[in-house]
Amino acid sequence: MAAVEVEKLTKKFGDFTAVDALSFEVAKGEIFGLLGPNGAGKSTLIRMLTTLIPPTSGAARINGFDVTRDPDHVRRAIGVIPQAMTSDLDLTVTENMLIFAKLYGVPRARRERELKELLAAVELSAWADKPVKFLSGGMRRRLEIARGLIHEPKIFFLDEPTTGLDPTSRIAVWEMLMKLKAGRDLTILVTTHYMDEADRLCNRIAIVDHGKLVALDSPLKLKASIPATSFLEVSFSKLPEGWTEQLKGLPDVESVVEHDQVFRIASDNGPRTMTDLMDAAKRAGTEVVSLSVKSTTLDDVFTHYTGRQLRDELQSGKLDIGYMYRKGSGI
Amino acid sequence: MNRILALLERDMRKFFRSPTLMIVSLVLPLVQLVIFGYAFGGKIKNLKVGVVDQDDRLPAIKLREMMQAIAANAKTFETVQYSDMGKALKDLRNGRINGVLNIPPNFSRDVASQTNPKVALIEDNTDEIATSALEGEFASLVGAYNANPVAPRVAAKVTLSVVEIYPYVPYIQFLLPGVIVLSIFVSAMIGGGIIYIDDKARGMHEGYLVTPISKFELISGFTLSGTAKAILTGIVLTVLGSLIAGVPDALDPGRLLRLMLVIVLTSFALISMMFLMMVRVNDPLVPRATFGVLNTLLWFPSGAVYPTAGFPKWMKAYAQADPFTYAVGAFKSLLLKNTGFVAITGDLAFLIIFSALMMLSATLLFRRTL
Ligand SMILES: Nc1ncnc2c1ncn2[C@@H]1O[C@H](COP(=O)(O)OP(=O)(O)OP(=O)(O)O)[C@@H](O)[C@H]1O
Ligand SMILES: [Mg+2]
Repeated sequence: MAAVEVEKLTKKFGDFTAVDALSFEVAKGEIFGLLGPNGAGKSTLIRMLTTLIPPTSGAARINGFDVTRDPDHVRRAIGVIPQAMTSDLDLTVTENMLIFAKLYGVPRARRERELKELLAAVELSAWADKPVKFLSGGMRRRLEIARGLIHEPKIFFLDEPTTGLDPTSRIAVWEMLMKLKAGRDLTILVTTHYMDEADRLCNRIAIVDHGKLVALDSPLKLKASIPATSFLEVSFSKLPEGWTEQLKGLPDVESVVEHDQVFRIASDNGPRTMTDLMDAAKRAGTEVVSLSVKSTTLDDVFTHYTGRQLRDELQSGKLDIGYMYRKGSGI
Repeated sequence: MNRILALLERDMRKFFRSPTLMIVSLVLPLVQLVIFGYAFGGKIKNLKVGVVDQDDRLPAIKLREMMQAIAANAKTFETVQYSDMGKALKDLRNGRINGVLNIPPNFSRDVASQTNPKVALIEDNTDEIATSALEGEFASLVGAYNANPVAPRVAAKVTLSVVEIYPYVPYIQFLLPGVIVLSIFVSAMIGGGIIYIDDKARGMHEGYLVTPISKFELISGFTLSGTAKAILTGIVLTVLGSLIAGVPDALDPGRLLRLMLVIVLTSFALISMMFLMMVRVNDPLVPRATFGVLNTLLWFPSGAVYPTAGFPKWMKAYAQADPFTYAVGAFKSLLLKNTGFVAITGDLAFLIIFSALMMLSATLLFRRTL
């Protein structure tokens, strides 16, 4: 039995389909990443899997229990870190943990032991009696991770645990998550915006866009699945009119995306494209300033499957201030 | 049960750790009691009455002397002599004096011939409270003048003597029940309204909803912690308020016990009402926007500030559906008249039925999902 089984799971808000007939399975012990731009439906999916909102159609089983028919068993099997930071700022680290231990009905004796162990694992023992408002964003996230594991769940759902954290804190969060997973029988389902994180840490990744599953595999296989064999990053002394279009027109070129005047070119034939570039630059009266060959990243995978760049999606996306409230949404 | 207590414990810890919240729910209502109580409560004093005596013979002088006696003792008003009616009226219009007493030229003659002697009181009727105090004082002055042997007796005058069965109730004591109920309501608005919706919007409830807590436990936890805070406010206000307002024998244990019952039922009734109002709200602005108006809608019609006897018919009917009316009524019985339990059973029954209806509807509307 898989830890998570999702079958044609769909969520509609009025006419709008936020999650569109998603099907996948997460094996026991796996770290499964959900990748997608703002509004892709990641949180909506997680909310359905964690019994927070009822699906419109389709089914999902967590640890063998159906989310709509047997929500209470599901709740006992899962730990959840919502996207918004939900620790109580006026209460101390320990108090925050204890409330959840009690809500989960963890027996008193185990409560104390778990509390000590978990706080040590997320390196917050020294902060046990400090109010959460004195903790940095990264520390709060670590507290929430400890909190989510206080009842020894089988499956751990984390909705963008590292968004908004600085790179050092992000690494710390992941290290601690890995450490915690190593000591227990835990399956992790995590959403993230950060391709590099997903690449390094997830066993398998599902790329979701507009509520649909666009690709699902291990990071290596995903990268191997796209036709382009090499990626070139080039910059030019000046940019002639319609330059991106001209570059796209070169033979063997798969796609061209520009970021900060650096062009990332996917090509089926790296060496040939390199010489073509030099020629095209000369003809257009500009010069190649720098050129390097890169390996495929998950960003490229995302671009290949969606035709867009995740980075741009994020920049133009709405700012999530951590409020689940949305106007007229009825949640 | 443990889960309910966990939610209660959380709210209690937060409450005692937040000085702002404590001040808003405990200290401000006391300040309000004192300010309101003394702003309305005092006897009217030191009004200025212009006297224009156009007669100036013995009966008129006698009347003026009686007025001066009031000015010296009760101090309700002091007199200013005018020789000219025009000047006196001008000062009345300009607000320098509050009324003008005119003794007409034929006053003494009419007194002597018993042909309906008259004096006139011209008053600034834009200030109803000051003028009714003046009228009252002059009515009794004229009464006393009539009883004076100098003036001829009119046959068989009826006098009314009033017997008060309770000790004198100053306005601040009259106001105390209303202030207690209002403070319980403010606490319910903050705890059951603002904090509840803010927690919801911040995703706090999302955290609770993924745990195996049942719908019943969630509702109980939320209402219990709201009620506990409201009860706490009620107790502090009742005890300190009684001492400040000078309620006689304020710490009588039997009465405190009965008061406690009223505090608990009032708190629960108001929290239930709040819970029903907020059960489907997600926008943190909603409670903030409604609360200013809400307490006016509930507090003023309840008889907390002004006796319901003075209300028009429709408002009396409205007051009968207002839970504040019964809460204030019960507190009034206990605090002003020190009645027993029987006198407040009607009020308590209303509060219990009201709470049951509110909780039932709220529970039906409550969803254990986002
Ligand atoms: N309760 C709701 N009512 C109406 N629309 C909703 C509701 N919840 C989410 N949506 C919409 O569904 C879409 C998916 O939202 P969701 O929060 O699942 O995206 P996400 O992938 O988690 O994005 P983000 O990266 O911003 O967290 C969005 O367009 C959102 O506006
Ligand atoms: Mg999200």
